[in-house]
Amino acid sequence: MKRWLITAMLIINSGAGGAMEAEIEQWETANGSKVLFVARHELPIVDVRIAFAAGSARDGSQAGLARLTNQLVLDGTSARDAGEIARHFERYGARVSTNSGRDTAEVSLRALSEPERLDPVIDNLANALANANFPADAVARVRQQMRLGLEQAQSSPSALAEQAFAEGIYADHPYATPPGGSLESVPQLTREAVVTFHRRHYTASNATIAIVGDLETSAAKTIAEQLSGGLPVGEALAPLPEVKQPTSAQTIRVPFQAEQTHVLIGQPSVRRGDPAYYALYMGNHMLGGGGLSSLLAERMREERGLSYSSSSQVTTGARRGRFQMGTQVRNDALGEALEVLRTSLGELQTQGPSSERLEASRRNITGSFPLQLDSNRDLLGYVSSIGFYDLPHDYLQQFVDRIEALDDSSVQNALRDHLELNRMTTVLVGPEAIINAVE
Amino acid sequence: MTARNALFVLIPALIAAPSFAQSQSGVSEFTLDNGMQILVRPDHRAPVVVTQVWYRVGSSYEGRGETGLSHLFEHMMFKGTEQVPEGRFSEIISGEGGRENAFTGRDFSAYFEILAADRLPIALELEADRMANLQINDEALSTERQVVLEERRLRTDDRAEGRFAERYAAIAHPGTGYAHPIIGWADDIRGFAVSDLQSWYQQWYTPSNATLVVAGDVDPETVYDLAKTWFGDLPSRPTPAVHDPENLDPPGERRLIYRDEQTRVAQLRMGYSVPSFATTEAALDPYALLMLASVLDGGEGARLAEEMVRGSEVAAAAGAGYNPMTRLDSEFSLFGVPSDGDVEAVEAELRAQIKRLQTERISDEALERARSQLLADHLFELDSVFYQAMQLGMLETTGAGWETLDAFAQNIRALSAEDLQAAAKRYLRPEQLSVGVMLPEDQEDGS
Repeated sequence: MKRWLITAMLIINSGAGGAMEAEIEQWETANGSKVLFVARHELPIVDVRIAFAAGSARDGSQAGLARLTNQLVLDGTSARDAGEIARHFERYGARVSTNSGRDTAEVSLRALSEPERLDPVIDNLANALANANFPADAVARVRQQMRLGLEQAQSSPSALAEQAFAEGIYADHPYATPPGGSLESVPQLTREAVVTFHRRHYTASNATIAIVGDLETSAAKTIAEQLSGGLPVGEALAPLPEVKQPTSAQTIRVPFQAEQTHVLIGQPSVRRGDPAYYALYMGNHMLGGGGLSSLLAERMREERGLSYSSSSQVTTGARRGRFQMGTQVRNDALGEALEVLRTSLGELQTQGPSSERLEASRRNITGSFPLQLDSNRDLLGYVSSIGFYDLPHDYLQQFVDRIEALDDSSVQNALRDHLELNRMTTVLVGPEAIINAVE
Repeated sequence: MTARNALFVLIPALIAAPSFAQSQSGVSEFTLDNGMQILVRPDHRAPVVVTQVWYRVGSSYEGRGETGLSHLFEHMMFKGTEQVPEGRFSEIISGEGGRENAFTGRDFSAYFEILAADRLPIALELEADRMANLQINDEALSTERQVVLEERRLRTDDRAEGRFAERYAAIAHPGTGYAHPIIGWADDIRGFAVSDLQSWYQQWYTPSNATLVVAGDVDPETVYDLAKTWFGDLPSRPTPAVHDPENLDPPGERRLIYRDEQTRVAQLRMGYSVPSFATTEAALDPYALLMLASVLDGGEGARLAEEMVRGSEVAAAAGAGYNPMTRLDSEFSLFGVPSDGDVEAVEAELRAQIKRLQTERISDEALERARSQLLADHLFELDSVFYQAMQLGMLETTGAGWETLDAFAQNIRALSAEDLQAAAKRYLRPEQLSVGVMLPEDQEDGS
């Protein structure tokens, strides 16, 4: 039996504001699940998240399969139906939820920590996960719910823009697959496909278990063994292919009758763990990731009144994430808005940030770290990602240190090396005559 | 948080039942000589402090021709003072590693900062400055008016759900300040002048109409001393008397059929006008309504999911909710999305569910489950320092009083199955009901 324990202190200095500490303990269960645990005794609650590498990047040709499987995983065993499983959680005041994206499919639990309430809830969750048998009526029902969701998304310009953008920047990579599937793919998903996907991906060796809350380590170990113990050990998954950067720019136009046009501009970014991420993160913070004091908000909103929301983001994943600028503008101002977005990025690339802006961003990023860990729920999210992506336990402190070390030219270089307007996809969702009139 | 000036949307009750602390809330209350109220809720888990300034004014205070004034004014609160010119507020908070924003609801306008705990004085200084010294000029107003119109397009005009929600509110709250949208009608937004905003500021932004809520890694006495330093010398003015006529009681059953050319999926909303914490005559009734909502929709195992989504499969989604934190009467809300377009069948089953609450005693098992969930959810809410402060602000500005927190668990435990049945009979009556249906343009309404 392989067991190991790593302990590291997570200490976030908040400038003059003191420090918060959280000790991450890590080990592996008997059948190979990675476990990360942080004890927090202030509130009598426990949060658990099991993350499987079972997101839409594993859908293959069946878009929506990972999401359908995830939504069904607590919907029945041979002994109990979805309602019985749910009522058992509810009797003890526990909350469970499922969630899936491109990399991961998760099951999360929040429960009271007193053993009389926690133990039956963990039993229930372990049993439901180990014995999920995907009743045919449940498969049909959830598939229909997904189909209706996709129907309704046709009337949402932001949903249309997001789908076109992912397809545009990821082309034939699995990240292009919409996690919710498509109107064409979802009706084709079968129970057999779900069962096969589940057997392959919901395995112990493919699971990362994060636990945060009012527990001793020994109790957390018991919980992790219980949750992991019913899962097959499983086999390692093939790595995802690399994301290729597009070789040219493109504009994707999606006609939609509305008073505003939705705009997204961007390209693949870097993968989790790429050393260039920190400089890109900071450059993006100045451009449009830093709220109302960032460049895009200033120019689009405060100076011109062009939009309510203008921002940019840079994300990472197991493979390249994305960089995107986004806004919504009244139709007659679309040309001006595109000009402002592209020029603002171009300026940061060619001239670099002013030293005032760089310092302001640095102060905000490093100073706001403790804010992001002020609840058990936030902590659970961080610990789960650290485990899933194999990041060092002191990742957050390293992050702060790296931001501290950046200067204006390193930020400018990262923006110039990793972002190129002539590789970017522009998505425009708006009235046909409006979106056809601009580049 | 990337967007300042979030609207506090009308339907939180449908998404999540509001919550309260289970045990002693540990709140300290102070009042300054000028009438400003201060509430402090220590939480020492992280070196963080949440500061919120709540004003008792929101869209329900607006008259005809004034809709959206509270919200537009909230945007203008970021336009600067002599000491802190436009843009400087956000720069200072950002430079201190903080976040700031504001939101407007039907019953309140609130402004907040989240900072490392030792930086509380910065937030207090800035908030006190803009409570007294705001400058409003034409140029800033004309830019911000455009921003708000864009916000309205984004949230309402270009979204089928937004268009439906606005129409539904107009029939669900006839003749009250809840009938018009928080963001206001576009015509009204276009019409406001600097003088309108100045008089709104004069009328409502005064210490005696404000509650400062501070939650996080702080000591109550220290907060009080700091508040006295920054807000203590601001003079108070009397606020206008607020008159909310009880004009249509009962309003009678109402029905909206709205066809939307872009919606692809039919939706149903139903709402009964019911009392809130602030308007109830019987103290326990709002808790009974919370329990009834939980019996119907406390989770995936509750009645609506069990019987309508899984059992008959008539609905792809169904829900119930009740928000007791409103200044005027609230709504006991139901919604449903038909799984194959049959809105009538969903409505019939929701009505049957209400009838069942009135005619059948709730089993001990279902009662215990609803109770466990409400009590656990209230404890879970303590995980968010921000929400702890929100609760206090909402309870105060809606007139319930923050002390409501301390009675929550006791009141939930006090209710019997008979109490719930009696409340269902008393409040969930057709003459209090509004029904709203949104249909794709080409679907027959069948009624």
